[in-house]
Amino acid sequence: MRLCGWAPGRTGGWRPEQRLRLFALRGIMSRVSVPCHVKGTVALQVGDVRTSHGRPGVLVIDVTFPSVAPFELQEITFKNYYTAFLSIRVRQHTSMHTPAKWVTCLRDYCLMPDPHSEEGAQEYVSLFKHQMLCDMARVLELRLILRQPSPLWLSFTVEELQVYQQGPKSPSMTFPKWLSHPGPCEQPVPLLEGLPDPSRVSSEVQQMWALTEMIRASHTSARIGRFDVSDRFPLLGLYCPERVRPDGLLCCRWMAVMT
Amino acid sequence: MLQEESDLSLIIAQIVQKLKGSSLYAQLERQAWASLQRPEIKLESLKEDIKEFFKISGWEKKLQNAVYSELSVFPLPSHPAAPPEHLKEPLVYMRKAQGSWEKRILKSLNSMCTELSIPLARKRPVGEQKELLNKWNEMGTDEPDLSLFRPVYAPKDFLEVLINLRNPNYENGDSLSFRTHLGLIQVPLKVKDIPELKECFVELGLNTGQLGIDDSTQVPPELFENEHVRIGQKVLAEQDSAAAQQYIRQGSPTALRAELWALILNISSQPEDILYYEQLKTNVIQHDLLVDSLIYKDVKLTASNDDYYFVFEDYLYQVLLCFSRDTSVLSHFAYNSASPPKSYIRGKLGLEEYAVFYPPNGVIPFHGFSMYVAPLCFLYHEPSKLYQIFREMYVRFFFRLHSISSHPSGIVSLCLLFETLLQTYLPQLFYHLREIGAQPLRISFKWMVRAFSGYLATDQLLLLWDRILGYNSLEILAVLAAAVFAFRAVNLMEVTSLAAAEAVLADLSTLKVMPLLQIFLFATVT
Repeated sequence: MRLCGWAPGRTGGWRPEQRLRLFALRGIMSRVSVPCHVKGTVALQVGDVRTSHGRPGVLVIDVTFPSVAPFELQEITFKNYYTAFLSIRVRQHTSMHTPAKWVTCLRDYCLMPDPHSEEGAQEYVSLFKHQMLCDMARVLELRLILRQPSPLWLSFTVEELQVYQQGPKSPSMTFPKWLSHPGPCEQPVPLLEGLPDPSRVSSEVQQMWALTEMIRASHTSARIGRFDVSDRFPLLGLYCPERVRPDGLLCCRWMAVMT
Repeated sequence: MLQEESDLSLIIAQIVQKLKGSSLYAQLERQAWASLQRPEIKLESLKEDIKEFFKISGWEKKLQNAVYSELSVFPLPSHPAAPPEHLKEPLVYMRKAQGSWEKRILKSLNSMCTELSIPLARKRPVGEQKELLNKWNEMGTDEPDLSLFRPVYAPKDFLEVLINLRNPNYENGDSLSFRTHLGLIQVPLKVKDIPELKECFVELGLNTGQLGIDDSTQVPPELFENEHVRIGQKVLAEQDSAAAQQYIRQGSPTALRAELWALILNISSQPEDILYYEQLKTNVIQHDLLVDSLIYKDVKLTASNDDYYFVFEDYLYQVLLCFSRDTSVLSHFAYNSASPPKSYIRGKLGLEEYAVFYPPNGVIPFHGFSMYVAPLCFLYHEPSKLYQIFREMYVRFFFRLHSISSHPSGIVSLCLLFETLLQTYLPQLFYHLREIGAQPLRISFKWMVRAFSGYLATDQLLLLWDRILGYNSLEILAVLAAAVFAFRAVNLMEVTSLAAAEAVLADLSTLKVMPLLQIFLFATVT
């Protein structure tokens, strides 16, 4: 749907909460990847590795952040490879001169509901800070403890490990100038009888405009097909309020809408 | 909580994006604009009044049906880090196996092409086009020379590929241990056992009325059948997809079946759909594809020889020839582990701008493919509606029966489910058949790949396909296969070779599907 011939004039001052609502539509929470060093996996096994026949069921992976100061962890993503249960321990920076201790922040998180079958075996997983048992404010080091109790699998691990911290909030689109710099607030003129409140009408029209902007900006994934729809549907007219004249009359304008 | 909310908004965004370009969206918009002239729509409460109008006029129901259809067909949005291949098939070794199987099929097709020196596609001369247009409704009378053509592959070739499927990370020792699967399928997928199946198929239980059991002549219709038909008519009047899907789990009355299936699959014959079918017909008339000959051959070999379906031969050509030119089918490859074969314009091998999908819908028919369409001919007589129903059934269900995937309704899971059920609940029979060299899957595979089409009597087959639609899953095919073996167990225990076992199970046309399923799931002492 396209709106043509729409030239929004000054429709009175934008109230602050309306600007914020539009802002929230556009602003996104960004995250920033933290470069990490993943040390080799260490198998935990009872007895001598060479002589025992069974395969280890517990692996430990240490993740360090050599070039980064202690940060707040937002998200961990990885691709599972036949790990059934995951526990994570974290070592945080403490302000006092006590040595940092290891704290368990995730205990036995189930990645494969049935360790003997393929369900969940190669899935992509994200873990967020709200799922952790402790506060992840000043992370120094992580330790991932992987468990796979089933003897059916030859090996198990996690791959493509990425750690994220919170990034700065940023709006993704710039607003048109008249929106970011509204004109001085006009005094609403006393209403004539029978007409709707112009500020209410204008606020609703503003919302419709914002929605159509959003629709126009995003693309549809459905195919148009052979027939061009614009030839088949007629032009529809919409009589829209535009502004309130100084003498109190509501000015409306015909907008052509093509579907 | 945060995760669930963001998941939900992601699903909503995905569905909105999918529905935005559809004709339903345009219709809803027009209705909304037209409704502005109605007196009950007030400007202050514009949004609520229009919503109320939609509810009363039935448009909200149509939108609900469209959303429900999207939810049933498309998989949920996956993790943002997951590549598109992961959505098609999460397990890497299965993707590789599917890729090499596709290469084999293409090699076979290409070699047939070069042997017979027939182009993959050619434009028909005008005279031939006129002739075909005149003969459109009776293409069955045509007897082209198809002796040199052979089907690209048959179900038994596909079974060999599945038997050789191995997970490289799995302990596949040579010696028999608790890890070895005793059946033919050696991959450890998760399949349901009978308690889980009982929970899943609870409407098939002994205490619930079923069409196929409780409508037989001995049972007075006042007990179940009349009431069930009345409810069916009410569901159709309401035009609610979700209610229809729930209703059809107990079977559909014959008179209501066509409309119920169309409602569940969300097919309504709009003028655009009829025009689209006509456009496909024009494509068939203008161009001739090699795949057309394969379709002809397949129909002549299977459906034309079948006592129930030979009358529909012309319909089958009209549907299948158009199907192979329908590029909208390509969108289902987003969630199908298979990929459409790519071909390059002559002289431009490897250049992506000159790549085309061959056949245009990306699906190469195999021996028995036309049997997916044949039962639908009993329900729908108008070619464009028949076509739409078949296309929707294919992109929802039938594609899973001939591609390698770990989906619970995929053919690999169905085979494993069948073998596991047989091993667990009929261990003596399973052991005996294995000892004589007649692995049960070798016999039941062809039933499952064709969704039992051509093996059961048509009324029984349609009752079975009612349940496939009702439960939105193909697992019932594996359960029925196991139930058939359980039914004929006594005879099978006496056979001494694979050929004799096949002879015992050769004729399924006298079987009644629903009693078999009910007894196997709910009445067998375990």
